[in-house]
Amino acid sequence: MMNHEQQPPILHASQDDGMESLILNDDDDSFPDHPHPLGPQSPNSPFNSFLDPPSYADAVFTSFDSNGHDQILRTPAAPSPSDYLHISVTDPLKEQDLATSLVPGGTTFYTYLITTRSNFPEFGGPGSEFAVRRRFRDVVTLSDRLSETYRGYFIPVRPDKSTVESQVMQKQEFVEQRRVALEKYLRKLALHPVIRKSEELRLFLEAKGKLPLAKTTDVASRMLDGAVKLPRQLLGGEGVAAAAAAAAASVDLNEVAQPARVGRDLLRIFKELKQSVANDWGGSKPLVVEKDKEFMEKKDKLMEFEQHLTTVSQQAESLVKFQQDMGETMGELGLAFVKLTKFETEEALFESQRVRAADMRNVATAAVKASRLYRELNTQTIKHLDKLHEYLGTMLAVNNAFSDRSSALLTVQTLSSELASLHSRIEKLEVASSKIFGGDKSRMRKVEDLKEAIRVTENAKVCADREYERIKENNKSELERIEKERHDDFISMLRGFVVNQAGYAEKMAAVWEKLAEETSAYSRDSS
Amino acid sequence: MTMVDRCLVSWASTLTLFLLISQPLFIILLLPLWRCNLHVDNNLCVMEQQRTLSSGSSLSPRSPSPSQPFLSVSVTDPVKLGNGVQAYISYRVITKTNFPEYQGPEKIVIRRYSDFVWLRDRLFEKYKGIFIPPIPEKSAVEKFRFSAEFIEMRRQALDIFVNRIASHHELQQSDDLRTFLQAEEETMERLRSQETGIFKKKPSDLMQIFKDVQSKVSDVVLGKEKPVEECDPEYEKMKHYIFELENHLAEAQKHAYRLVKRHRELGQSLSDFGKAVKLLGASEGNALGKAFSELGMKSEILSAKLQKEAHQLLMNFEEPLKDYVRAVQSIKATIAERANAFRRQCELAETMKLKEINLDKLTLIRSDKVVEAEHEYKELKAESEQATKTFETIVKLMNEEIGRFQEQKTLDMGIAFHEFAKGQARLANSIADAWRSLLPKLEACSSS
Repeated sequence: MMNHEQQPPILHASQDDGMESLILNDDDDSFPDHPHPLGPQSPNSPFNSFLDPPSYADAVFTSFDSNGHDQILRTPAAPSPSDYLHISVTDPLKEQDLATSLVPGGTTFYTYLITTRSNFPEFGGPGSEFAVRRRFRDVVTLSDRLSETYRGYFIPVRPDKSTVESQVMQKQEFVEQRRVALEKYLRKLALHPVIRKSEELRLFLEAKGKLPLAKTTDVASRMLDGAVKLPRQLLGGEGVAAAAAAAAASVDLNEVAQPARVGRDLLRIFKELKQSVANDWGGSKPLVVEKDKEFMEKKDKLMEFEQHLTTVSQQAESLVKFQQDMGETMGELGLAFVKLTKFETEEALFESQRVRAADMRNVATAAVKASRLYRELNTQTIKHLDKLHEYLGTMLAVNNAFSDRSSALLTVQTLSSELASLHSRIEKLEVASSKIFGGDKSRMRKVEDLKEAIRVTENAKVCADREYERIKENNKSELERIEKERHDDFISMLRGFVVNQAGYAEKMAAVWEKLAEETSAYSRDSS
Repeated sequence: MTMVDRCLVSWASTLTLFLLISQPLFIILLLPLWRCNLHVDNNLCVMEQQRTLSSGSSLSPRSPSPSQPFLSVSVTDPVKLGNGVQAYISYRVITKTNFPEYQGPEKIVIRRYSDFVWLRDRLFEKYKGIFIPPIPEKSAVEKFRFSAEFIEMRRQALDIFVNRIASHHELQQSDDLRTFLQAEEETMERLRSQETGIFKKKPSDLMQIFKDVQSKVSDVVLGKEKPVEECDPEYEKMKHYIFELENHLAEAQKHAYRLVKRHRELGQSLSDFGKAVKLLGASEGNALGKAFSELGMKSEILSAKLQKEAHQLLMNFEEPLKDYVRAVQSIKATIAERANAFRRQCELAETMKLKEINLDKLTLIRSDKVVEAEHEYKELKAESEQATKTFETIVKLMNEEIGRFQEQKTLDMGIAFHEFAKGQARLANSIADAWRSLLPKLEACSSS
């Protein structure tokens, strides 16, 4: 006889919305300005934000409803309307990889349609629009090349290659997630004042067909050359002369400046490793050190900021979760009262029951409304606090730039100590040969070779120095840039968050005050 | 502690003795304290006297007419006594009345939870048909922790329990109630210990249970499978209503309890968030840092408000719901009693019929057992009539009670809903104010 609940207590969309509308539909809609959470901010519509950059100036911060739009309408500090680059990523398609047809059918991969609208002169002037198809591998290439060319800059970090999730998720979900991530990444690149003008990005966006960018400037064959010569180089001593000649032949001076790649110059890697160990554990200080105190201070401060920010980000996540829980429980309470109302109304024998049923109905209505408000509040809160997560992503880019600087410094240090050791060897040889009457032909030859090696190394060092300075400059300008942006971003985030919270709290207060009024007959203060 | 109380009690009794002499005058002076309309305003009275008691002032602006009889009780001042497993809470029960059977205008006694249980059990035995007010559950686990909140919830529930009895027009006449409110502690202890033990049932109860089982078995043996039940369709509806109601209410109460928890969780989370943001602000230092610090501080303030509201929600919304559930369970017990009474009536009627047939038979054959049989028959008849009367009383009382119950519950719930709404509105407004107050500071930061 006690047929237990037909409806499960958890919130299923259809059924409970039906029940909710049961109570709410005859109330006058008190939320005419009810912001639909997925309305104009749909992530799927690519044309919302950068269409008319100056329009944000009209947004007034009185109504909290508009504040969800705050950060989306923020335009980059410098660019004027005549200088925009808008990218969208759409239309993922599955394609066959015909090259690897060992297995009949081959492997499949997804490509994405990258549409660009810009008025850069490099792209063909105002109003130009074009599209290409790229796969994720191309994005990796782009990212790697940018990292090589723009060392020292805070280059936005590309999306991950593949997570465990991708195995677990449905293919569709994963592809969609990747599409969104790619769009975010490319847009971030487009926002960066230096990178948006880069050749690599232009090629990626414009060049039809296969991406005309080499994977890295590291050519595979170099590895072979380097490896063959390695045994002799490692032997030292007799091999030094040959090594010096070989080194001179195989080393491209510009590439000295680049970080050592595993594929080539194993020797160089060993040397730099030795140097870094000597830096950390050796007794003597390296010849060249980081001198820029201002930089060190800024860096420390930034690291501290990052640490605190991580904590805040974690707490923000918890906060959102608990707000969510609150909303859910409030909704469940409302539903329980809806059922009670229905029950009492159906079974009413006494007038007092009908009165109670009416009271419960009011409570249910209020609770369900409040629950909805919590849900909306949360959607908005997530958007605002997302800035925190974004910023942590930026910190990754910053850390990369700082490590570019350290590795450039290490190269300089290595070359300096190499020079120093070459000089000292020449000295020793000259001293030794001067003691022999008539000179020492073999030793003199060695000195000549060493002098040649010194010349090469000095040139390399000049390159390395130049690179180091370049990177330092990049670091500096980037730090200034993000300093300003950071301040603006966070202030707007805080304001959005606060206005949001206040606005929804006011709406909830209105709901509860209405209920208090409806039940005011029971108030102890009256009667 | 008890000594002090004893002194107080003896002082109070001396005073009341003196006052008894000048009773009429004193009543007129005291009556303004207790505005107690014994019917609909019952709960209002309860809350109000709690307020006056706690605020220390003892005068209410409204006073009932001097000749109106009143009985009001308050359960206050919980004190933890004893150690470890034997620890218990004792309460001060203060009775103020002008009933003639009661000692003086005021009497204070010390009682513990099991005393209240005793009272309830006695009333349940004696006043079948009346919905005895519910008592807070026994809880073996929480007892050990005895948190302040648990103690307060229990005290409030016990206070409401006694006051409901005191304002029920029949129950307030009970001798057991008088004993409970007036007897010395030793008397109470003695009475209480008679009820304790695993076998709480008295021998007569055990006999009854045995008889019930016996009759059930014989029913099955004789092929009468269905136990005897009333076939009153209206009553069936009412029973169905009560059982369904319990389910619905239990669900609402469950969610109300969860809501309390959510408030606490959100409060804690806001506090942690505030601390983290403050640290961030401190490390920044500049205007942005200040903005962060302010945000952090507001978060912490709001966290405290959330915790406070959680407590209010528990006491003024969740507890009344729980009380409602208990009341419904109490009605279920009364329903069971009615079923028992009905069965008994039926059984006795049947047995009586058999005895009548037997008596006629014996009269016919002029047996010498006739006298004995007549005697037995008369006894049985009396018993049967008694059982019928009992049953009919229960039916009549229940019909009265159900109407009263519905009215009472509408009032109780109305108050609870109102408090709920007020509390939530208060909280929401604090939140809105706190955040709004931050805005000018943020504006100042951004313009710099």
